[in-house]
Amino acid sequence: MAEPARAKPKPTPETQHFWDGTAAGELRLQRCDACSHVYFPPRPFCPSCASRKVSVFKASGKAKLYSYVINHRPAAPGFTPPYAIAVVELDEGPRMMSNILDCPQTPEALELDMRLEVAFEKLDDRITLPQFRPAKG
Amino acid sequence: MRRNQVAVVGAAETTELGVIPNMSQIQLHADAALNAIADAGLKLSDIDGIATAVETPQQIAHYLGIKPTWVDGTSVGGCSFMLHVRHAAAAIEAGLCKTVLITHAESGKSMIGKPPRSTPPDSLNGQFESPFGVFGPPSMFPIPVLRYMKTYGITHEQIAMVAVAQREWAAKNPRATMKAPITVEDVLNSKMIAYPFRILQCCLVTDGGGALILTSADRAKDFPNKPIYILGTGESVETPMVSQMETFNSSRAFKTAGPMAFKEAGIAHKDVDHLMIYDAFAHLPLFGLGDLGFMPHEETGKFIADGNTRPGGKLPLNTNGGGLSYMHSGMYGMYALQESVRQMRGIAPAQVKDAKISVCHGVGGMFAASGTIIFTNEK
Repeated sequence: MAEPARAKPKPTPETQHFWDGTAAGELRLQRCDACSHVYFPPRPFCPSCASRKVSVFKASGKAKLYSYVINHRPAAPGFTPPYAIAVVELDEGPRMMSNILDCPQTPEALELDMRLEVAFEKLDDRITLPQFRPAKG
Repeated sequence: MRRNQVAVVGAAETTELGVIPNMSQIQLHADAALNAIADAGLKLSDIDGIATAVETPQQIAHYLGIKPTWVDGTSVGGCSFMLHVRHAAAAIEAGLCKTVLITHAESGKSMIGKPPRSTPPDSLNGQFESPFGVFGPPSMFPIPVLRYMKTYGITHEQIAMVAVAQREWAAKNPRATMKAPITVEDVLNSKMIAYPFRILQCCLVTDGGGALILTSADRAKDFPNKPIYILGTGESVETPMVSQMETFNSSRAFKTAGPMAFKEAGIAHKDVDHLMIYDAFAHLPLFGLGDLGFMPHEETGKFIADGNTRPGGKLPLNTNGGGLSYMHSGMYGMYALQESVRQMRGIAPAQVKDAKISVCHGVGGMFAASGTIIFTNEK
């Protein structure tokens, strides 16, 4: 029997650029042309000043570990417990949910504020997830 | 809103609480509503306003045979009923209706006639949280905890004491689901759910319901029970995505709703005799004590660990046992409101002696929404 599939995102017109970015190996954020506010998740206006003049840019992919849980039960379809569900803080400011790859899923290994870098996990031809791993060096 | 213009004149939970395999969710609404109507000495035809969450007001109005001229279907999670109380009080004062029924029910355990919860894959939650393995509240609600602990120096043992103190209150409540005493060691050795939280730090999953009836203070004195007045109210929402909270060191929705209610009530924290803080998980009372302004966040863990909120302590908190030990059907706010009303009526099983002011603070979603109601039994 096939493994149950994990929940897969379905892009909308407002988020398509983000998912095109991850498929191309880029983490894309948006910045307001009027007030310079950098924000996430994607939308075609600034949630700080309401300007519709916003630009998409490639983020550094650098982040730190803001907080997490290590989920034991119940596990989401497609996940083998225990696994960490993390929130990372990008160097550009916004936070996003992620998993932490290439790292033991333990409280000892997952230290708050540890440096992370983006890693791209391809689910299929349309969807690549932005994930994070401990930064090298 | 002006103080003490509207009162609770009817309040009841479902006849049974816990596991109710012989009733669907809508019938649990009706059971609670009929109990509250009987408590108030009213007839169904006296109700001209209705508010409910998850189920729509039209479902409940039709099922009960009520013909309302005012409805509120605000559905922001477990604190929806705090918002209903606030909205109903405003509507009664504005003359839009005279007698409002607020109902909650959930077949949370037996899952009979309960609408499925789903997250569409093209929603923001579906795109930016679901793919990372979140699966139900235990995998999401505790995500801020480790940051909160690091920022304020809170320990695992201190958070475990939340569950211990509330179990002591539950032991005094015959209707509480879990009554056996527990220790900090029991909590920290219980089954791991989502580190740092173990099962004794997570709410119960049960069936039940509750209903409230509100009317204007000038009519309230003619009812069979002591009227419980609405002294202050507050509400807010932040975000449906826990990952997008402004900070994990605080809840913006709490910090908006709570202080708004205190300002409206015109009271200081030292005036509070009884406190309910919706505890879906063990960290919520800490966030609540800090964000409502009872003390700096740094002191919340020690305050609870020192026994200040347990029976005999100076700030009785979650005196029914809370979502951790009393019951939790999924949207617990109604049961917190019921306990506040019981305490103000002076009929709670674990009655706080001479209590005159009760603060009841609710959360919806994973810190997504908040509502605060301050009650008093003196006008």
